[in-house]
Amino acid sequence: MNLAMSEELADLSNYLIYSAMAVYTLAFLAHIAEWLFGSRSKVARTAAALTADAEAVPAQRGADTIGVTVRGKGGSTDVLERPAVVTRSASPRRDAVPDGPGAAAGDEKGDLYGRIALSLTVLAFLMHLAAVVVRTVAVERAPWANMYEFSTSFSMTVVGAYLLFLLAKKNVAWLGLPLVATVLLDLGLAVAVLYTDSTQLVPALDSVWLIIHVALAIGCGALMYVAVVSTVLFLFRDSYENKLASGGTPGKLATSVLERLPSSLSLDKFSYRITAAVFPVWTFTIIAGAIWAENAWGRYWGWDPKEVWAFITWVAYAAYLHARATAGWKGRRAAYLGIAGFVCYLINYYGVNMFVNSLHSYSGL
Amino acid sequence: MASDNVNDGRDARDAGDEAAAGAGLSTAPAQEDETPAAADAPREGGTVHPGSFGGARRPGAAGAAGWLAREVTGWTRWAWRQLTSMRVALILLFLLALGAIPGSLIPQSDANALLVEEFKADNDLLGRVYERLQLFDVYSSVWFSAIYILLFVSLIGCIVPRTWQFTGQLRGRPPRAPRRLDRMPAYTTWRTGADPEQVLGAAQRVLKRRWFRTAPGEGSVAAEKGYLREAGNLLFHLSLIVMLVAFGTSQLFYSEGGKLVVEGDGFSNTLPQYDDFSSGTLFDVDHDLDPFGFTLNEFTAEFSREGPDLGTPTVFRADITYWTPDGTETDATVQPNQPVVIGDSKIYLLGHGFAPVITVTDGQGRTAYSGPVPFLPQDTALTSTGVVKVTDYLDENGEPEQLGFQGFFNPSYAIDEVRGPHSTFPDPDLPVLTLTAYHGDLGLDSGIPQNVYQLNTRKLEQFTDEDGEPFRFDLLPGESIDLPDGKGTISYEGYERWATFKVSTKTGNGWALTGALAAVAGLAGSLLLQRRRVWVRATTDEAGRTVVELASLGRTESARIPEELADLAAALQPDAPMIPESSDQGARA
Repeated sequence: MNLAMSEELADLSNYLIYSAMAVYTLAFLAHIAEWLFGSRSKVARTAAALTADAEAVPAQRGADTIGVTVRGKGGSTDVLERPAVVTRSASPRRDAVPDGPGAAAGDEKGDLYGRIALSLTVLAFLMHLAAVVVRTVAVERAPWANMYEFSTSFSMTVVGAYLLFLLAKKNVAWLGLPLVATVLLDLGLAVAVLYTDSTQLVPALDSVWLIIHVALAIGCGALMYVAVVSTVLFLFRDSYENKLASGGTPGKLATSVLERLPSSLSLDKFSYRITAAVFPVWTFTIIAGAIWAENAWGRYWGWDPKEVWAFITWVAYAAYLHARATAGWKGRRAAYLGIAGFVCYLINYYGVNMFVNSLHSYSGL
Repeated sequence: MASDNVNDGRDARDAGDEAAAGAGLSTAPAQEDETPAAADAPREGGTVHPGSFGGARRPGAAGAAGWLAREVTGWTRWAWRQLTSMRVALILLFLLALGAIPGSLIPQSDANALLVEEFKADNDLLGRVYERLQLFDVYSSVWFSAIYILLFVSLIGCIVPRTWQFTGQLRGRPPRAPRRLDRMPAYTTWRTGADPEQVLGAAQRVLKRRWFRTAPGEGSVAAEKGYLREAGNLLFHLSLIVMLVAFGTSQLFYSEGGKLVVEGDGFSNTLPQYDDFSSGTLFDVDHDLDPFGFTLNEFTAEFSREGPDLGTPTVFRADITYWTPDGTETDATVQPNQPVVIGDSKIYLLGHGFAPVITVTDGQGRTAYSGPVPFLPQDTALTSTGVVKVTDYLDENGEPEQLGFQGFFNPSYAIDEVRGPHSTFPDPDLPVLTLTAYHGDLGLDSGIPQNVYQLNTRKLEQFTDEDGEPFRFDLLPGESIDLPDGKGTISYEGYERWATFKVSTKTGNGWALTGALAAVAGLAGSLLLQRRRVWVRATTDEAGRTVVELASLGRTESARIPEELADLAAALQPDAPMIPESSDQGARA
């Protein structure tokens, strides 16, 4: 491809990013409206569940959730012929806490704005995706060879994962506002600070491992990010439930916002499942990097700052997974470790690329 | 369910029963809290020390010795339990992460010894403190090694008993059904007209078809599935040990060296030929270096000349011809990411630069020096600095003296107030050599090893021009200049390119890779699979109908386990069709 054409395409990709940012901003505002209108409805299901008769609740929940699943599979004629499964939990009280109703909390206007926000997010995502694809065509290589490209691909993957979860009918709509807000932040940083005109691949990066290693790093990071948002919200929601359970009255704002989130148990499970699924992939990402390092520098592990921080991230997540399986470390303590893991990932990305002398300094800055 | 907790008297027995049902299911090690306490009641009136394992201490030497032995074994066991506990493993993991941080912020002598020297020169006190704390060699330091060795001891102490436990489970049978199935995390029941034996037979078939291990019991069937979870978990931890051993072995047997080769020059793989070389303690430099050599025929570097990527490299390529002991010569190309493999050695391309070809004639008109002199690049436009040392030199009076030159080689020359002479592009568009000259003693005989890229000007006198200013000159290829006072001439004939290569041998790479991939497989198994037990019981009630009970227990409270139980119940329907119940009976379920 000639240079003029590739420059034109690179410009087109930039315009698409700007457009996506504009639409994400609208989606952000719509989410704000959703949350604001949702605050009108008064719900206090958490308090009710936490103070209700502890014995009566689990059975009800069990029959509710599992019964429906079973019947759904069998079709309508089988309904009466299938026994319902009853579940019991080790922590019946917390298990009984229902998930919040979501940002709109049943408010009609809130719900409308929620739908608008989602539609806008889908539109913005399509533009974002187009921007990355056009950039790929323009530069004729994987679109993640400098920090600008990594950041744009990263946030695209985050939104893509969110939309896929929604498509799979997972209860993740509550992620909308924090995700859109941080995606805007990430893109803003990419455009304003990290942007680089350069399109060429330096010989050091010209390897098939650029595609494998970096794509995996982006995918893992995006999912870890989704998990960490859930973990942070878990901490808030958990304090809220603790306060209610001990008979306290949380503040008005806390009640309004946290009441609409899923229960602490759901949030914790959500982030755990993602992290458990991502951890083996993250391990393989590091291994792929080691294979590349052996090919490029003649050693698979040399304690380069980027390698060190990938290792620290790995250790932090390993600690999280161990803590999650250890009595006395579950819940909040494990959550802190999970957050530490993602902070290490961020340090590895921004910190090592920009401030530390590393063999991995390909920021393009 | 509300009626379940009425009879408290049976709770203790049920709890034990349930503990047996869930035994060995957990992937986390059992947490026994053995605190030092005088557990045994004082015997025969001996003294009891609170907080000791020794228990009662009987008078006399034998009593003291016995007490000491109990005390020592008690504390040893306690320490071992602590070390292999999950809590300490977590603390060690945390310390490992924390301990790795300074190595990413402080220059490491392994990675860049030059930076370490600079740091020490700039920060005298801090440099000494860091040196003391081994912070320039974090990853081989005593304290970092202590952390990971303790961690691995803890790991071994954890997985060995668990492997035994697991093989025991594989050889044994799933634990029998607990009395109260309705207390399990997922439970379902219905009444059917089918015979209990027939129901249990059908249940066993259904479970077997779904890859459960089954064990028929009295009026019940026990089943278990997902053994690969624990197998994966053990495989993962075992792989970590394999990786550590592979890494350790490669540290003992590795060799790697760097060599700068100018176009047209050669290299043969023997120790004296290397510019720098390091190897593991068990690497035999006399015998283990592969016998081969190579010549750098041509080095090609291409840079983008237009657009936003101006100056960005596009191609680095070293064309070499290598020879092996059998006399064959082979042409090969070394590029970034594409090392050349000869025997056990790999040749990597690391860097490149220019070497101006210089000829110096002395005061007697003799050629005192002639050849390419590698200059070291300082920036991406290849502004390069270097020195020329002329030792075999006679001055205008025929007296032996030495000459030194230092300065810049700029492939695309430019000069400004701020930066002085520098290069604007890495290709040789205007390859100017800018030098200043010295004469006197280069200090090479002092016995102190000298950097070939630096001039020690302590015993040198700088040439000056008529105005007394330092004698400085710019040369283009083919030009030469006379030194003041008839001290000779220096000519700049042209330039060659040079490349730096790294030659390394590694053992244990295959093991490390195998360990790493096995670790991923083990992780996937241990994190994505569910281990669970299912029990089916069929009993006859007072009305002569068969009561079928199904329960399952998993390690995690996953929604998939009740779902699976529902599927099992549905699969049993053809053999044990449900009798619809009146609403009051249904409520009991």
